[in-house]
Amino acid sequence: MDKFTVLTGVAAPLPITNIDTDMIIPKQYLKTIARTGLGKGLFSEMRYREDGSENPDFVLNQPAYRKAQIVVAEDNFGCGSSREHAPWALLDFGIRAIISTSFADIFYNNCFKNGILPIKVSKEDLAKLMDDAQRGANATMTIDLAAQEVRGPDGGVVKFDIDPHRKHCLLEGLDDIGLTLVKAPKIGAFESKIAQERPWI
Amino acid sequence: MTTGKPRTLYDKIWDDHVVDIQPDGTALLYIDRHLIHEVTSPQAFEGLRIAGRKVHAPAKTLAVVDHNVPTTDRSKPIEDPQSKAQVEQLAINAADFGVEYYNEHDRRQGVVHIVGPEQGFTLPGATIVCGDSHTSTHGAFGALAHGIGTSEVEHVLATQTLIQAKAKNMLVKVNGKLGEGVTAKDIVLAIIGKIGTAGGTGYVIEYAGEAIESLSMEGRMTVCNMSIEGGARAGLIAPDEKTFAYLKDRPKAPTGEAWERAIHYWSQLKSDPGAHYDAVVELDAGNLPPVLTWGTSPEDVVTIDGLVPTVESGKTEAQRAKIARALDYMGLKGGEKPTDIKIDRVFIGSCTNGRIEDLRAAAKIAEGKTVAAHVNALVVPGSGLVKEQAEAEGLDKIFVAAGFEWREPGCSMCLAMNPDRLAPGERCASTSNRNFEGRQGFKGRTHLVSPAMAAAAAIAGHFVDVRDVK
Repeated sequence: MDKFTVLTGVAAPLPITNIDTDMIIPKQYLKTIARTGLGKGLFSEMRYREDGSENPDFVLNQPAYRKAQIVVAEDNFGCGSSREHAPWALLDFGIRAIISTSFADIFYNNCFKNGILPIKVSKEDLAKLMDDAQRGANATMTIDLAAQEVRGPDGGVVKFDIDPHRKHCLLEGLDDIGLTLVKAPKIGAFESKIAQERPWI
Repeated sequence: MTTGKPRTLYDKIWDDHVVDIQPDGTALLYIDRHLIHEVTSPQAFEGLRIAGRKVHAPAKTLAVVDHNVPTTDRSKPIEDPQSKAQVEQLAINAADFGVEYYNEHDRRQGVVHIVGPEQGFTLPGATIVCGDSHTSTHGAFGALAHGIGTSEVEHVLATQTLIQAKAKNMLVKVNGKLGEGVTAKDIVLAIIGKIGTAGGTGYVIEYAGEAIESLSMEGRMTVCNMSIEGGARAGLIAPDEKTFAYLKDRPKAPTGEAWERAIHYWSQLKSDPGAHYDAVVELDAGNLPPVLTWGTSPEDVVTIDGLVPTVESGKTEAQRAKIARALDYMGLKGGEKPTDIKIDRVFIGSCTNGRIEDLRAAAKIAEGKTVAAHVNALVVPGSGLVKEQAEAEGLDKIFVAAGFEWREPGCSMCLAMNPDRLAPGERCASTSNRNFEGRQGFKGRTHLVSPAMAAAAAIAGHFVDVRDVK
């Protein structure tokens, strides 16, 4: 997993509530057995027309936002299915951070496993950042994870909270499985205990 | 299992599965049961291979193919090469890592959340995960069950544990007795309408009250299944005699002395009097009419005797924008009576409503009637065993005589990964769980309903109040 330290990039505004995982990556792209290559399917049903050509109205098709690395969206981003294809598609497109007032639990969790930073901000701060994002290629934002702040194009600073363990893992690019396997003796002891107490498990 | 402070059912199951508390306060939680399907597992197995890791507890892992499989003739190979590759990969992964696997020719095959309970793999008090958000279904047995992403699937395969922060407790109390023709589906749609699609975010919901207790296990599964549509990763119902009766003699349920010990343990799985809930929601089921969705989020609900909302009814600019977007997508103006909305397709099935009781309810409405000429209606049993049972009861004959198509088990048109899908603009009465844009096919329009409401709509060609159907 790539580390996340400081990111400076264009932020694309998606002023939609309840952006669900079917919107982020529709099912026809879920048939892959790889983690990569999903960027082409990102927001497919909004991004492409029925004949497969690009929909020029969609934000990521506009010249200023084609290389966006940040998405700014309304409430409850990532609701719906558990598909990790959603963060994989965002990452493959080049998105490393999402800013919203709230995220669905499973999606939120999945982001951290893939080096994507989901940032929760207040309604007021979101309005400000959405406004910044709407200024196109001039809307470069800097996200500094160590300092826990988003710096807008005008020098405005928005602070955000993040769980310290998740922050540490993102900053270092750490993989959970390796960390958990260190605890194998504790897992073994727990299994011996439940074999006695709940033998049907 | 005894400490001084009164605990909720969720607290108790949680406490019994903590392997370790990490320095940041999150827990390493032991996972008792892991269900696998073909869509969210290939990258996890690939990760194990790359790292040279094994599956830690193959006996606590069960794999089944469901999302991609066609629901037509199973003797023919899968036509879509990508679907075929994904299905074949699951067979290879299960064999390589020693995991039990039900393939598309196995009579036990079906939607993973129907198969788990049916086999007695799902047990009260167990922690259950699957790379699928509708894992919340298993909470109907008093199991702590929730969906996980593929990285977490790999973590569970490798360690049989999951790193978790404890959720908050929400109690949803459903009072009163359901009226005739009103079902578990109507209850859960009403709950989501009330709390909103993010209302349960950060919570585990415990469902209780007279209306929940009166539900069959099938109905309880329908309610818990859609917890995630209200934002809650897990929903729970305390196990009782109905739970134990459902599980008795299931192939993977404990037997003999272990069964007796299990019943003793399971009987204590209920919230203590005075246990603390961070949020409490009450709903009166006694006056609840059948419910359907009108928009593109499961929270967009309307009762069959209500009216589709208008843009102007939104209280804020954001709400008005959301309603306008949903109405536009759904091809509605706002203000319609649901009974005036014509449909093109009907889908009866899914992990929400693909169980035997659902098929019985739909067949009862369909018996002796004919599907409207302009409607195409599918019935997809949730598993091979549900299909066998339905055929033994003659339900297939009722459906076929009425003009429904009777299919092989799988996820089918719930998410349209297989060939069953809506064409652009088609409107569907669906017993599934999500009415998101494009969910059942590009530009397809989904209205979520109960099986009885879906069958009644199929016959009439538009939505009807199932309570008026004779």
